[in-house]
Amino acid sequence: MSEAIRNEPILSVEGLSVRFGGLVALNALEFELHEGEFVGLIGPNGSGKTTFFNALTGIYAPASGRVTLSGEDITGLRPQQIYDSGITRTFQRLRLASSLSVFDNLMIGNHRNLDQGIVTNLFARRRLEKQIMENIENSRMLLEQFSAPLASRLLDPVSQLPMIDRRRVEVCRALISQPKILLLDEPSAGMTHEETRALMDDLLASRERMPGLAIVLIEHEMGVIERVTDRCVVLNYGQKIAEGGYRDVANDDRVRAAYLGED
Amino acid sequence: MPITNRSYWPVVASAVFAAVFVLLFLYLEEQWEIAVLAVGLVAALYSAVRFGFLGRIEAAASDHPRTTIVVNFVAALAVIVLLRGEHFALLMLATVFLYVTVCLGLTIQFGYTGIVNFAGIAFFGIGAYTTAVLTAHTGVPHLLVIIIAGLVAGLIGSVLILPLLRTRGHYAALVTIAFGILFRTFLEVSDVLGGPQGLKVPGMQILGWSLNDNISLGPLGSVSFYASYAVVALLLAAGAYILVKRLERSWIGLNLDAIRTDETAAASFGIDVPRWKIFAFTVGNCLAGFAGAVYAMMSGFIAPASFNFGDSLLLVSIVLLGGSGNPLGVLPAALLVVVLPEKLQIIQEYRFLLFAVLVILILRFRPEGLLPRKMREYFAAWSRS
Repeated sequence: MSEAIRNEPILSVEGLSVRFGGLVALNALEFELHEGEFVGLIGPNGSGKTTFFNALTGIYAPASGRVTLSGEDITGLRPQQIYDSGITRTFQRLRLASSLSVFDNLMIGNHRNLDQGIVTNLFARRRLEKQIMENIENSRMLLEQFSAPLASRLLDPVSQLPMIDRRRVEVCRALISQPKILLLDEPSAGMTHEETRALMDDLLASRERMPGLAIVLIEHEMGVIERVTDRCVVLNYGQKIAEGGYRDVANDDRVRAAYLGED
Repeated sequence: MPITNRSYWPVVASAVFAAVFVLLFLYLEEQWEIAVLAVGLVAALYSAVRFGFLGRIEAAASDHPRTTIVVNFVAALAVIVLLRGEHFALLMLATVFLYVTVCLGLTIQFGYTGIVNFAGIAFFGIGAYTTAVLTAHTGVPHLLVIIIAGLVAGLIGSVLILPLLRTRGHYAALVTIAFGILFRTFLEVSDVLGGPQGLKVPGMQILGWSLNDNISLGPLGSVSFYASYAVVALLLAAGAYILVKRLERSWIGLNLDAIRTDETAAASFGIDVPRWKIFAFTVGNCLAGFAGAVYAMMSGFIAPASFNFGDSLLLVSIVLLGGSGNPLGVLPAALLVVVLPEKLQIIQEYRFLLFAVLVILILRFRPEGLLPRKMREYFAAWSRS
């Protein structure tokens, strides 16, 4: 995707480090993401991929470095502020509210577009109900892009859904607020190859409808990475060891050594 | 699903049944009658769940939320009217409504937001003591006193906010336990607040009408002054119920649920966790304060011994028994916990033991409580939207 190589990246990360006591989980990471780009983030277990997401989204405070989103410095902001600025994510181990309905879970993801005023919520019921109706429609439409049967289960509790539908709900929860950047933390975990394939197809299809959306995907299945990403970044011991198209990266000696061990 | 609305008759039937039951429960005095009634209630609840009556009632209530509130309110009023001369029964009924109000506050705190508050009775007590002080030293109208008492309870609760925001789970619970015990100790050593002897509180006056006067109805006999308090307590509980229901059916209720289920995920989607925790904790404590104010005026006398840690435990057990997060479950549970020990003298001494066992059994075999909470329904006939 040559278009992606634009001058101004939407997200740029400069020298980002995260430390846990003496352990350097992320070491001076440089990372750029352009509008509409789909980047794969790979590396062995413990290489700092999820740490990178957590540092980006404000769950961990970075020890040093700078993160800018559309030219604005967002380093060290709280998770709430990061979400408001247009970065959303999914979690490696699903973090859905399983006792709540699919709709409720999606609405948690749409928080920044919902009226949070106490007066509206408690006393202006009519205005609130109009908002709720609109959101039901939007949720149905979004879910239908992923799976029509799932859209009909909008009011069911998440605990009654199979794994793949839960993953879909989690991805939809991250998409419904129309973010600029979507961070996917190993969405294939706990799913079969076919399910992963279906989810990725849905994702690619929904991307057509959100042209500016940039996605970063953490994934262990290289087939998935090869199929869906424009570019790959490889981490090992908290450092970037390679970057480029999947084929180049897969043939890189350092990457092979990281995955298979040195001779 | 049919498009036509379901009938509201199951709601009416259940309200009538509940009213008759409450009436008998409060009126009967023979030990064996009460025992039969208690067993009957358990059997009725069980069969309601087993044979799907409960589901039908809940479905009808979901289609007609307003009718449900009105019907149940009228049923409660009818009980008060029928018991008009019975001082003790009405006192108990009023106490139940006040406990319901406090437990609705705990529902916001614990049932929705997941903040365990083991100091419920302390905030109730703050409302009561505020009332005693205000009525003794100022001429503030009593309705305003109740409102101020609630606000003071909310305000004093804010000293707990910082430690509560920094701790989670068991540790947060310990903070509230410490507060509840400190509160009682403080009352006992405070000379200004009457020490262990407590304070007298004048009866409530609304627009020049004193609630402490019995009302004579000529040949129809007289109405106990507790009936007036029961009505005030009922209004308070109904108001709290409407507030809690509206809260649940709004985006705010969703925020609170999101925080309870997963704070990290909630924060990752922009939910301001500290803000909504403070909101829930404060609103809940205000409700306890309102109830405490009415309690003080009704009983005419308050002392530290009325605000024990054990009473806080009873409040929490009401929420757990009724079904955490279901405001409707609070009513039968409060009735059971408040009235049963008064009626069945054999269990009076063992009531803490008994309720402790009951809570353990519930948590083990039916963790969602007697009336489990249902999915959030933002408006009437939600399942067909």
